[in-house]
Amino acid sequence: MTESTVSIGLLLPDLLGTYGDNGNATILQRRLLWRGVAAEVVPVGFGDPVPSTLDIYVLGGGEDTCQALAARHLLDDTGLRRAAGQGAVILGVCAGYQILGERFASTAGAMERGLGLLDVATVPFSTRSVGEMLCQPDAGLLSEPLTGFENHQGRTTLGPDVRPLGRVVHGKGNGDGTDGVVQGRIVGTYLHGPVLARNPDLADLLLGWAVGTQLAPLELAEVAELRRQRLAGVRRAA
Amino acid sequence: MFGSRLPAGPPPAGGRFRLPLRTTVAVAVGALVARSSQLLRAGNGGTIGGRVTLALQPEALEQLGRGRVSVLVTGTNGKTTTTLMVARALGALGEVATNSGGANLPGGMLTALTRQPEAPYAVLEVDERFLPHMVEALRPAAVVLLNLSRDQMDRVGELRNTERSWRAALEKCPSTTVVANCGDILVTSAALDARSVVWVSAPGAWHSDDGSCPRCGAALRERQPVWSHECGFARPGPDWSLDGNLLVTPANDRIPLRLGLPGAANLANAALALAAATSLGVPLDEALLRVCSVSEVSGRYRVVERDAHSVRLLLAKNPAGWAETLSILRDDSGPVVIAVNAHGVDGRDMSWLWDVPFEQLRGRTVVASGERAMDLAVRLTYAEVQHTVSSDLLAAIDRLPAGPVDVVSNYTAFLELSRKLAPHD
Repeated sequence: MTESTVSIGLLLPDLLGTYGDNGNATILQRRLLWRGVAAEVVPVGFGDPVPSTLDIYVLGGGEDTCQALAARHLLDDTGLRRAAGQGAVILGVCAGYQILGERFASTAGAMERGLGLLDVATVPFSTRSVGEMLCQPDAGLLSEPLTGFENHQGRTTLGPDVRPLGRVVHGKGNGDGTDGVVQGRIVGTYLHGPVLARNPDLADLLLGWAVGTQLAPLELAEVAELRRQRLAGVRRAA
Repeated sequence: MFGSRLPAGPPPAGGRFRLPLRTTVAVAVGALVARSSQLLRAGNGGTIGGRVTLALQPEALEQLGRGRVSVLVTGTNGKTTTTLMVARALGALGEVATNSGGANLPGGMLTALTRQPEAPYAVLEVDERFLPHMVEALRPAAVVLLNLSRDQMDRVGELRNTERSWRAALEKCPSTTVVANCGDILVTSAALDARSVVWVSAPGAWHSDDGSCPRCGAALRERQPVWSHECGFARPGPDWSLDGNLLVTPANDRIPLRLGLPGAANLANAALALAAATSLGVPLDEALLRVCSVSEVSGRYRVVERDAHSVRLLLAKNPAGWAETLSILRDDSGPVVIAVNAHGVDGRDMSWLWDVPFEQLRGRTVVASGERAMDLAVRLTYAEVQHTVSSDLLAAIDRLPAGPVDVVSNYTAFLELSRKLAPHD
């Protein structure tokens, strides 16, 4: 790795990433490489030390026992929290989002300590939220709607230090009419699919934070067409 | 222990079952609806008739299954193939009722039983979610557990819940012999507490759902083929195992499996089918001949000649299935057409496409098709696989250079394509 290579940490793919979330790391890397920026994906498995010097970290979804294990490992190893303190960019999806919060409960009700990087707490919802989600993002962040699939049973309460990623137009999200949160350079969301495949603006927002400059546009006709189809599908259903 | 469960003699069936009047009427009405469904071309009648019968007589499964020696086959992948293999092998002993078309919900299973009321044997493919229900209803002689991995989680739910439901059901049915793949960690956990288990070591290519121990919840970092965990959960010693294409029997004979179906996954299916069939009394030689004669499963693996193209039809609908399919595709260099849908049994969530290492198709001619072709196209773009998108699958095949073409589809896309390619089947 050279100084100018952007490093993307794929955290605990052996425990998290149930819903194809590992794809988020691939997408971030390709969107840099295609613009001529060197980038690498650094997978960090369970039990491995978490490097604190990477530029971006991504965490995906997982079932209860895997989520609890992942949280304990990331608490015992201080790497991710040190990285956050140094301004690293972090994306947490679903179980990965919940882990970044203050605390979360499994479906069975056991309360687990989170990393405390996001001012949120999650308790189980009475029913599972499953289906396409559409979300109008915070205008200060992004302009295009966010689209993805959600499959979780969490109800996430936001504290004063975070703002929602957006307002839910279709689906459940946090359970209070919003989805996800943003706190500094850390983003959490219930959108999987993986989220960056359908939302290139969000990918570029994270990449822009990491490289410190706005990136040149990258038009991918198939991504635009996929967005068009998914947005039309959800609006038809709504 | 292997071989501990030989039937004492022919099963007590053979004659007509004495069914309560309500069941007889329910079956007759169901058959009428199934026939109408076929005549109206609304379906093939495989499920609807059984559903009607069950609505009229909820005990119909118990009553129609009674007195038969039944085998249930379940798992994420390989159910239809293994069901056919076991059914064909058990055919050596007598007539077998089976849902060979893949209609694996209670209605479909009931239809299979009503269509062959005299058959003393039943071999039924069971959807993962319905195994506990079916074990309770049929009290089967054997249950075959193939594998368990992520699949249509928006529809099926979390894997570990499925594993626990299997475990509880099998524990409550001590008369059942469980034939279980101990190359699969979740399957092993599901079978571990059963009274009688035949263990078959046939590990697959997918291990990304093994992160935590299904028994104690701690991390599980040990890998195949032999693993053990600090909590005491360990791979049991296998009665049967696969070594490449060699099947190692309980007598320690090493028998080459020359199957009519391609790929490592089918070697695993065959190993489990042979273990199940021999546990029910089919001589191994006879079972081998019958299992190896399977060369097509509900149209899967079939090669259809279409003008200048030999089109091979493959089914893959989840990451583990794709891991096996990619290993089959590696043996060729021809074009690959991939069709993905997302309705009904396909599940609505396409995120699984990102768990498939499509990067392995770089350099091949690839066509994306199906309702969700665009999800696939985006995945292929990020995998840096050159591809085209076509909404008309047959036209896309026709445009390819002459020669062999592999078409890989998920479930409903596969059915659609089969109908179009061979409308008279």
